Amino acid sequence: MQSRTITALLAAVAATALTVGSATAQDNKTVRIGNLSDQSGLYADLGGPGSTLAAQMAIEDSGLVAKGWKIDVIAGDHQNKPDVGTNIARQWYDVDKVDVIVDTPNSGVALAVNQVTREKNKAFLNSGAATSDLSGKACSPNTVHWTYDTWMLAHGTGEAVVKSGGDSWFFLTADYAFGHALERDTTEVVKANKGTVTGAVRHPLNTADFSSFLLQAQSSKAKIIGLANAGGDTTNSIKQASEFGIVAGGQKLAALLLFLPDVHALGLQVAQGLTFTETFYWDMNDQTRAFSKRFSERMKNKMMPSMVHAGVYSAVLHYLKAMEALGGNPGDGAKVVAKMKEMPTDDALFGKGTIRADGRKIHPAYLFEVKKPAESKGPWDYYKLVATIPADKAFRPAAEGGCSLVK
Amino acid sequence: MQALYGQLVVGLINGSFYALLSLGLAVIFGMLNIINFAHGAFYMMGAFAAYFLLNWAGLGYWWALLLAPLMVGAVGVLVERTMLQWLTGLDHLYGLLLTFGLALVIQGVFQNEFGSSGLPYAIPAELRGAQNLGFMFLPNYRAWVIVFSLVVCLATWFVIERTKLGAYLRAATERPELVRAFGIDVPRMITLTYGFGVALAALAGVLAAPINQVRPLMGADFIIVVFAVVVIGGMGSIMGSIVTGFALGLIEGLTKYFYPEASSTVVFVIMAIVLLVKPNGLFGRTA
Amino acid sequence: MTSATHAAPGSAPPAAASGRLGARAEILAFLVMAGLLAALPLTGLIYPYFLMQALCFAIFACAFNLLIGYVGLLSFGHAMFLGTGGYIAAHSAKVWGFPPELAILAGLLAAGAIGTLVGLLAIRRQGIYFAMTTLALSQMVYFVYLQAPFTHGEDGIQSVPQGRLFGLFDLSQQQTFYYVVLAVFLIAFLLIRRIVNSPFGDILKAIRENEPRAISLGYRTERYKLMAFVLSATLAGLAGSVKALVAQNASLTDVHWTMSGEVVLMCLVGGLGTIFGPVIGAVVIIAMQQYLAGFGQWVLVIQGVIFIACVLAFRRGIVGEIIAFAQWRGAEKR
Repeated sequence: MQSRTITALLAAVAATALTVGSATAQDNKTVRIGNLSDQSGLYADLGGPGSTLAAQMAIEDSGLVAKGWKIDVIAGDHQNKPDVGTNIARQWYDVDKVDVIVDTPNSGVALAVNQVTREKNKAFLNSGAATSDLSGKACSPNTVHWTYDTWMLAHGTGEAVVKSGGDSWFFLTADYAFGHALERDTTEVVKANKGTVTGAVRHPLNTADFSSFLLQAQSSKAKIIGLANAGGDTTNSIKQASEFGIVAGGQKLAALLLFLPDVHALGLQVAQGLTFTETFYWDMNDQTRAFSKRFSERMKNKMMPSMVHAGVYSAVLHYLKAMEALGGNPGDGAKVVAKMKEMPTDDALFGKGTIRADGRKIHPAYLFEVKKPAESKGPWDYYKLVATIPADKAFRPAAEGGCSLVK
Repeated sequence: MQALYGQLVVGLINGSFYALLSLGLAVIFGMLNIINFAHGAFYMMGAFAAYFLLNWAGLGYWWALLLAPLMVGAVGVLVERTMLQWLTGLDHLYGLLLTFGLALVIQGVFQNEFGSSGLPYAIPAELRGAQNLGFMFLPNYRAWVIVFSLVVCLATWFVIERTKLGAYLRAATERPELVRAFGIDVPRMITLTYGFGVALAALAGVLAAPINQVRPLMGADFIIVVFAVVVIGGMGSIMGSIVTGFALGLIEGLTKYFYPEASSTVVFVIMAIVLLVKPNGLFGRTA
Repeated sequence: MTSATHAAPGSAPPAAASGRLGARAEILAFLVMAGLLAALPLTGLIYPYFLMQALCFAIFACAFNLLIGYVGLLSFGHAMFLGTGGYIAAHSAKVWGFPPELAILAGLLAAGAIGTLVGLLAIRRQGIYFAMTTLALSQMVYFVYLQAPFTHGEDGIQSVPQGRLFGLFDLSQQQTFYYVVLAVFLIAFLLIRRIVNSPFGDILKAIRENEPRAISLGYRTERYKLMAFVLSATLAGLAGSVKALVAQNASLTDVHWTMSGEVVLMCLVGGLGTIFGPVIGAVVIIAMQQYLAGFGQWVLVIQGVIFIACVLAFRRGIVGEIIAFAQWRGAEKR
């Protein structure tokens, strides 16, 4: 009997808590941002602590704190394991009152977090993950895919390589969602341009010794070895390819995804001549230079921002603008994301842009080439611009992605 | 065919590491009856020692090859003195559990400090470049790894099986009381043996640094394969561990050519077969 | 080679406390535990999801303890059974649309099947060789799952539907699911206790204490050991299956050898060979991981330190020490 009264009492308390919660929702000016990233592994340099800083800078630049908002960022390490990522996301949403998760490189983790975010009706602003499924098959009203994706990489880099004569390909693919998506999207591009794909070898995420995979690629006799991997995996495969005389033997490497920290780690001597696609480079104009200077001064290792960091900054800034427009935190992720899609984006790093119904952020992409050591004028002067891909050509047309939000 | 030879050479390189590591495990097991789970962690420490020597003390690869095993071996001696020796007389499984805990601590500390991605360690200038073998480009450094580890393995075998010191060691394994009666300090011998086994792991770590980069978890998964190698070879046989190590590297290379999907499991499949046919391992003495 | 492979009484497994709590104390402790676990989520103090995970690990640890505590076999590969249970349950629920009860059944049967195969190989050796063999075989299973298409490798099986148990209980309701998990745990716990206290359990303990003598008494010890191994694997598979439905995913983490080490740690901390030890150990370790999660890899370091401390100074574990203390007090009074 007594236990039943206690249960009833608890239920009543819970019910009051709920109603109180909803009554104050509109004037709730508290926002908590969670940077769920690889904080210590092979993607830590391109996302990781830099993304926390980028989010922090966006909060400062939004000017909302001066208007009485309370906004903070917490960081979590998903260790590139989807189950760890899901656990953190769930706990952040359930217990720690996180409203939005940002960054999240590693497509496998991102797809999992995408799902949890939708279930809990929060928001997910992805900058670090590549898989184009985030705005395709797996699209969600709670998710915006900000910076880049595999379709963009495949069309930017892949097309350029095939058109310059690299018409037979062999892939060295990171064996998880990201690598598979990048290999798939690039294969389509190669075939559409009358090229052939002779095969692929899959390597585990975070591999150190690529020798046996490289030998397989070598014996394929393909003209181009497409690296469908990222971060430390890409830099390792490029270094070892030169060790095993693959480039000297006449085959070419196509790094489908290369970030600024990767080029920095490789050094210009090894990296020179690589062509690849990104959507942000620190040395584009005065505004990007000013942001990057501020950013690198606050980074522990004085690193310049990667495009993932830039994307986190820009995404958080726009998210907070939408919050302000709503007049408070409604505690409803889909509502905020809908508002974000409604408002045009405009910031110092990516310029003017939009967010499509499928959650794809639209902006131009750039085909870069790594400079020769002699061309570089100073530290971090690594890229030269080869071509600009206009915003309307850079990303997959909404109708082709298979997203259920697109009618 | 070209690719086959290439994979065999790569297999031989991996085999060198299997041999060096399983040799260290065998030496330690022979004397202490302990499966040293921390062996992978000591291997990693060897690579880090080389990295520190280079970046903090300006001492290059050749110094590291000499100093890193001594440094890590000293850590091993410390571990034996402060922890392992208290397990004498207890079930040998406690040694496995203790060194497992030790591996967690060591790897965790390094992961906190250095993250889990790799730190680059350059190939020494003398060993850069590659030889064109016709069927593949063999980087000089990798050829060096094969030759050097073969030399180290054979030297160790010679010391243990063919010298007086080795005779004492083997005797102390079989009849510790008797050897003690001859006035030999058996506990010290045990300590030094552990230190030596650990130093071998560290040496393998230095060799691996330019190939595998310096990573806190470089030994974590690798050591499990080495355990399987040890089970296949049978514990306690020095030559057995060397031969099995190189042979399994080659078999892995073959698998990578003929059926790459199975290359990570082949060692374990062989282990299962050996267990069915010869439960004590190929070179194991019956207990 | 001296005593390395003998199961001589002195070098017997790191099993602990020969003594047990009295039967009445044990029943009382069980009721307290069940009552506490039933009341906890109502307080709202503890995150129910965390409690469910802890209970799954408690089942896992109890299953593991059945083998080391009562047969004296240290398996260093139990993650393969946890992981198999998880993968099969997740796959059958998600792809084949099995209801939860059938998904769990499929998971535990698969773990039992793998347990039979592995057991047949592994029980050919003892002691340290048994540990290494199970470790190596579980690593093989790990690599198979890494490559098998149905597990989705690194990505794991995500968004596993929870469904309705027996068509009645909606498991997506956290509270409902909690009580289901609690019921599964209590049943598994009682089952293990029943096994341990049965004639079968007595034979197992006889094997642990002195295998040659058990053989000379006419017992075919290999068969008993295999049966215990399969039982333990099946129960570990049960833990994995339920865990996959709770977490709504199945991943490589659960098959990796670090998980095998973790369950050893749970039993060691709680007390090997005690019936409540693994439960307490599991709760302690999972709570530690939960509340220290913000400290990154230091959790691993702390686990390692606990491991070392337990081996060097604290071999009886929490429950073992309590029992020893109670016995010492009892002796004092007399």
